Amino acid sequence: MVDLAAFTSMGADGIDAAMLIGAVLLEAAILYVGYGAVEEAFGQRVVERLRGE
Amino acid sequence: MEILGLSLAMVVLFVGFGLLIGVLFGFFGMGGSFLVTPALLVMGYPTRVAVGSGLAFVFGTSVIATLKHRDMGQVDYKLGVLMIAGTTAGIEAGKEIVLHLETLGLAGSIISVTYVVLLGGIGAFVTYEALRGGDGGEGINHDAAEDDVDADDIPDIAKKIQSYRIPPMISLRGGVSVSLWMILGVAFVTGLLSGFLGVGGGFIRMPALFYLIGVPVPIAVGTDLFEIVFSGGLGSFLYALDGGVDLSIVLPLLAGSAFGARVGSAATSIVDEDEIKVYFGLMLLGGALAVAVREIGNVYGIDALNTVSLVLILGSALLVSGAVVYSSITALREERQSSSPA
Repeated sequence: MVDLAAFTSMGADGIDAAMLIGAVLLEAAILYVGYGAVEEAFGQRVVERLRGE
Repeated sequence: MEILGLSLAMVVLFVGFGLLIGVLFGFFGMGGSFLVTPALLVMGYPTRVAVGSGLAFVFGTSVIATLKHRDMGQVDYKLGVLMIAGTTAGIEAGKEIVLHLETLGLAGSIISVTYVVLLGGIGAFVTYEALRGGDGGEGINHDAAEDDVDADDIPDIAKKIQSYRIPPMISLRGGVSVSLWMILGVAFVTGLLSGFLGVGGGFIRMPALFYLIGVPVPIAVGTDLFEIVFSGGLGSFLYALDGGVDLSIVLPLLAGSAFGARVGSAATSIVDEDEIKVYFGLMLLGGALAVAVREIGNVYGIDALNTVSLVLILGSALLVSGAVVYSSITALREERQSSSPA
């Protein structure tokens, strides 16, 4: 017989876990875009400075 | 002042530590859980939280590093998917071997010795090959993703594996063509070792992609990272089910590593391929020494050796990531000097 209570609680844990991993993924995406914009704005200047130009 | 339930000093420490690991991760496609989990354990976090948060951090960093490598055309998705399939089967087989050894009461000692020998062996081999300058070591390979790989740049073992023309043949980035069964075989063996040792396996997979399949190093790194997105995602999800993921650890670490991964990924297309291999080898040798010291400490009950082991790991990580940044700056300056009119 299927234990519905256990199944439901496992499902809730699964949703919580998925939300946690989703939060990590969201932060990764935001950081990728954010740092990408910073790189776009200042990257070339930093590379030129490092090259000694 | 507290952020995410942590003191400002702890947040700064995590961001700085993340930056260090991000450089290594973006550059080598390895090093995440290898560095984070022992550090969190020494800081007093429970094993479940240290491993789970380490995996979640690796997942987030690998997403960022893979996107960056994708921008540079250094991810072979076809190879990545095939590697995931073979690796998954291998991990299951590795797990079965561990369970069997556990029933014999031999698991702990055999796994520790294998880990040290493998880490040290790969480290010594990669360093020796790079210093020798053979097997694909010569020159800067900035456009590895666009150009067909030179036959001289393919390691001898990879040439042998590529010579087995068992259909179907799979065309990979860099103009490499390898039998599907060879790819699955290599993936299975790397997965087997990964499952047996209980590690992410970047330090096995990245050299395997280069030395056994024959793809250029930057593509080996990018494809390895692509695979880690899936293994890290699944692993952290499973730990999150048991409450093993602590966002107050993961978020600041990720904020630092996201920047470091960009620096490390960009460095793979600047730094000489031989130098990448030398640093990778040295990193593994440092890791092997650290694991050996930790195991000796465990066997003889000397707690101080655990700290020595952590200092060794963090020290080699700091040295190698510093060397990566230094080499990148040097390469940029040499590039400018060689391109400027005499």
